[in-house]
Amino acid sequence: MSVVLLAHGDGGLLTRELVDGLFLKYFNNPLLQQLSDAAVFNSPGGRMAMTTDAFVVDPIFFPGGDIGKLAVCGTINDLAVSGARPRYITASFTIEEGFALADLEKVVASMAEACTEAGVDVVAGDTKVVPRGHLDKLFITTTGVGMVPEKLDWGYHRPVPGDVVLVNGSLGNHGLTILAARENLGLDGALASDCAPLNNTINLLQKHCSGIKMMRDLTRGGLATAAKEIAEGCGLDIRLREYALPIDAAVRGAAEILGLDPLYLANEGKFLVIIDPAQVTKALDILKQSSYGRDSQVIGQICAGSGNVYLQTPLGGTKILGLLAGQPLPRIC
Amino acid sequence: MEDIIARQISITGIVQGVGFRPFVYNLARSFNLCGTVCNTGRGVLVQVEGPSDSVERFTGALRANPPFLARIDCWEIASRPFQGFVGFTIIDTRGDATGESVVPPDVAICPDCRREVMEPSDRHYQYPFTNCTNCGPRFTIVKNLPYDRPGTAMAGFIMCPACVSEYHDPANRRFHAQPVACPDCGPRVTLVDRYGEKLKGSWLDETRRLLVAGKIVAVKGLGGFHLACNAMDASAVQRLRRRKGRPARPQAVMCRDMATVREHCLVSKGEEKLLCSPAAPIVVLERKTSSTLPRVLAPGLNSIGVMLPYTPLHVLLMQNGPAVLVMTSGNRSGLPLVKDNRQALTELGDVADYFLLHDRDIINRCDDSVVWLVDGHLQFMRRSRGYVPQPVVVPQVAEIDENVEALGSQPAIRPEEVPGASRPQAVKPVESRSFAVEKTGRVIKGKAVDHEITVLGAGGDMKNTFCLLEGGRAYLSQHIGSVDVLEGADNYQASLAGFSRLIQAQPLVAGYDLHPDYYSSRMARALVPTAIAVQHHHAHMAACMAEHGLEGQVIGVILDGTGYGLDGCIWGFEVLQGDYLDFSREWHLEYTPLPGGERAVRNPWMTAVAYLLTALGERGRAVAEKLFPDRFSELNIIEKMLRSGINSPLASSCGRFFDAVAALLGICQVNTYDGQAAVELGELAPAYIDSVMFSEKPSQLDRSQLALIPYPYNLNSGIIETGATIEALVLDIEHGCAPAIIARCFHDTIISMVVQAVEQVRCQSGLNRVVLSGGCWYNRYMLRAVCKLLGDQGYHVYRHTKIPTGDGGISLGQAMVASRKQGDGSLADPKDAH
Ligand SMILES: [Fe+3]
Ligand SMILES: [Mg+2]
Ligand SMILES: [Zn+2]
Ligand SMILES: [Zn+2]
Repeated sequence: MSVVLLAHGDGGLLTRELVDGLFLKYFNNPLLQQLSDAAVFNSPGGRMAMTTDAFVVDPIFFPGGDIGKLAVCGTINDLAVSGARPRYITASFTIEEGFALADLEKVVASMAEACTEAGVDVVAGDTKVVPRGHLDKLFITTTGVGMVPEKLDWGYHRPVPGDVVLVNGSLGNHGLTILAARENLGLDGALASDCAPLNNTINLLQKHCSGIKMMRDLTRGGLATAAKEIAEGCGLDIRLREYALPIDAAVRGAAEILGLDPLYLANEGKFLVIIDPAQVTKALDILKQSSYGRDSQVIGQICAGSGNVYLQTPLGGTKILGLLAGQPLPRIC
Repeated sequence: MEDIIARQISITGIVQGVGFRPFVYNLARSFNLCGTVCNTGRGVLVQVEGPSDSVERFTGALRANPPFLARIDCWEIASRPFQGFVGFTIIDTRGDATGESVVPPDVAICPDCRREVMEPSDRHYQYPFTNCTNCGPRFTIVKNLPYDRPGTAMAGFIMCPACVSEYHDPANRRFHAQPVACPDCGPRVTLVDRYGEKLKGSWLDETRRLLVAGKIVAVKGLGGFHLACNAMDASAVQRLRRRKGRPARPQAVMCRDMATVREHCLVSKGEEKLLCSPAAPIVVLERKTSSTLPRVLAPGLNSIGVMLPYTPLHVLLMQNGPAVLVMTSGNRSGLPLVKDNRQALTELGDVADYFLLHDRDIINRCDDSVVWLVDGHLQFMRRSRGYVPQPVVVPQVAEIDENVEALGSQPAIRPEEVPGASRPQAVKPVESRSFAVEKTGRVIKGKAVDHEITVLGAGGDMKNTFCLLEGGRAYLSQHIGSVDVLEGADNYQASLAGFSRLIQAQPLVAGYDLHPDYYSSRMARALVPTAIAVQHHHAHMAACMAEHGLEGQVIGVILDGTGYGLDGCIWGFEVLQGDYLDFSREWHLEYTPLPGGERAVRNPWMTAVAYLLTALGERGRAVAEKLFPDRFSELNIIEKMLRSGINSPLASSCGRFFDAVAALLGICQVNTYDGQAAVELGELAPAYIDSVMFSEKPSQLDRSQLALIPYPYNLNSGIIETGATIEALVLDIEHGCAPAIIARCFHDTIISMVVQAVEQVRCQSGLNRVVLSGGCWYNRYMLRAVCKLLGDQGYHVYRHTKIPTGDGGISLGQAMVASRKQGDGSLADPKDAH
């Protein structure tokens, strides 16, 4: 099997194989090796963070957002969870011949709106048009830079057993919304993407809470994948409590019908915080009053261990959450 | 002057803890011979001197009639220089523990001990831990070899003088019985409430009273806890079901005695023998129409799992208590059996009202075994207590002689001739040499397997057992169950460590399932240096081959639930051709998507909808709306999922085909336990069929009675097409045909598909041996019919009788395949999964 599979792009096991076996093989440097959401490095003007992302969502307009908003928020959020204050982004548009200009305008306007809310500017851009059929409507690639406060020290080296895991709200909304909209499943009414720029919320938390150890945004692969990466990165276990996980009724119902696990579904407005237990109450207070943290919850704890993520269920024992290898396949024989 | 000779006999197998040494002692004395007998880490060593004629007779008698519970695997006799022993003595264990002896399985209470616990004048009267060399706990209390008291859970109990003297008296039934105990010196029982508060009065009277009053009591047994309640009390049974979250799963019962079993169930001679055997498994029996046992014990089923009291504690509880007790395993759904007192109070605290505890630790957790007889053949649903850790003897490639090549297309080795089956010699390092077996024009080349290497079969993720394969012996573990939860994974690793200790070998090679999400596979890769992926159904096939000692190429008919296929799809209805090293998939059921993946497995109605939509399109949609009116809102979504392939893996699974038909017939729309739909559909067919198809005496079957009434289907270049089957079946449903008749025709369809596909493979390959494996062979009607039909056509048909045909058996196949591949030297990258 020497071709790229769709599963190489789902953020699971195959993505990791691709990154480890190919990209890191050739682009080997200490900054990339950290495989964090954004690279943080020193520049003459202070510490900087930089990240890039391509957006290929189908459909490009969906309940709760569109590809433009997504392209801005995705990059801003990667910077924000790295502790950076996002400042500038670039946007590169690859457009299919025949794409309606009115739609393009809607996308761009939506980008501008997200930039305004986040307080960032699009400072460079690029436009390419490819012949009809060479890509599907519109791809947007954004790159962002931001400044990182001098004393900030977040990362895999920080969490210790006893630290608490927080999440800023319901899980799985974006992934399920996109799926439902793309396949026209007739569930759209109740579902909307959580796509949002998180930098203001995160920066607020960062300013008032000193006990933050690290953060991650919960995009591709969902909470489970992010938690697994953190656990492995820290060499510690994460124990999540199933009953504490915030999942909207609409998401829960639709995921159940489709046989999907909300813990593995993508989010575009959710982040996970690992924080000193002494600061949890304060953090929750701040989050619950912020724009994107009203449903914040303590969902688990860091424990001594060796990189495993466990989900404690009220009845069925302690599930072991791993990286997904492609789509989930039945195991019941 | 008679000819005096001296001999040394070393014996391995199940020879410790079964009264072997006193047996030898008494036998030698009866022949007036001198010498010694002792346990070693390898087994039993006998030194004997005397007139050659007596020594011969002694040896002959020992070999021909070893003690009841013993099993001799290997027997070595050597001449020795005369030493002049005086008398015959039993000497202390020799400490050279090299890992040849096998700890015996646990043994049900023997008639002598039963008599003693009932006899008021006996010092063991009403003592629940009474045992002797012929009975009692073994595997469940062993920590270390050699099997002596200090290496068991009895280490902390210091024998009283009365027990000591029995223990040291070679003429006594308790001579060197490691767990001997009595009320003065042994473990004790305590009855507590769910807060751990001890109840006043006699534990025995109180427990009986509570059970009679409809209470649920968690009872600590041999290999773990049971949840017990009065089986005649339907509301107690319901309460237990509700608290355990088990709405429909059949519950096993324990009957006071055979008379009680007969009152409720039809029991054949063979079944009675099984119930009363030393293993004392749960035997699934057909219930009598006259039985007063509440239906809620096994809703929708006409069978019931029954066992007899197998410890003195059970005997005492049932003596004046309820005549039939529910004795279901004491665990929370999906978690391992509870085995420790404290764990019982926390984990079963909201299920049981009271707890009958004791202070003898359970070292090795061991669930009850579950078996039944199909046409007189034993079939294991679960092979655990009473059987484990007895090894299964499997063929060893290295012992195949080069000259088998000369045998040409004759079956090179018949099962009874498998070299190594009786292990003529102790394991010796075998140097690598090539061999070749000519089978039907194909030459298989391989290198000798290194016997020194222990191979792990990791097993599956559900109904897990693992297997340690060493020098032609396969040690299958007790039932481990689900390993995808932390508690299960811990149980797996602890049990594996325990087993490695018992056979004193660490696995260096492992065979594991290809499934990318199997946790068992992940553990095997992490624990064992060389790990080899084995396709699920190849493992099933290899397991059946190994059980029967088959070498060379066979046809494998694997009817199963779900296993990960080489093409990334879900397999489970496979006609394979191959051997331990390799296989080809000759025929398989047409793929049908499973909307929602695992959710469809739990919801047979979804698989039914997938079959309808795939086979009948628009018309199928209309049928689905009619058959599942309350699922209307979900039908649209399922339709879209199938159309776009959202989370809808393709499956060629017999189990899922059964699910779909069970749901179409309205028998079972949602599985509340594994395999419920298939089991319930399977029970429906024989009810109608048995009278028609199988006469009372199977030997008198004539061909006309075996006529099948299959639905149409198509065999088309490797694919068994089911479109026509669904169409005809749906027509029958619409015409109001009785479900039992449709069920029969459906069974006949599968049988016919199998027979025809096998015939195609034979035509092409000339192979004549067929192995049957996979969970769907628990369907008795299908198994009997396929065996009969293929047998009539001259096939040699092999089915599992020593290990489970379901996933509890795949670990053996994985170990065999991995062992051969490792020996073959053809592994490019040992860690490579695909
Ligand atoms: Fe299987
Ligand atoms: Mg990113
Ligand atoms: Zn006994
Ligand atoms: Zn005693």
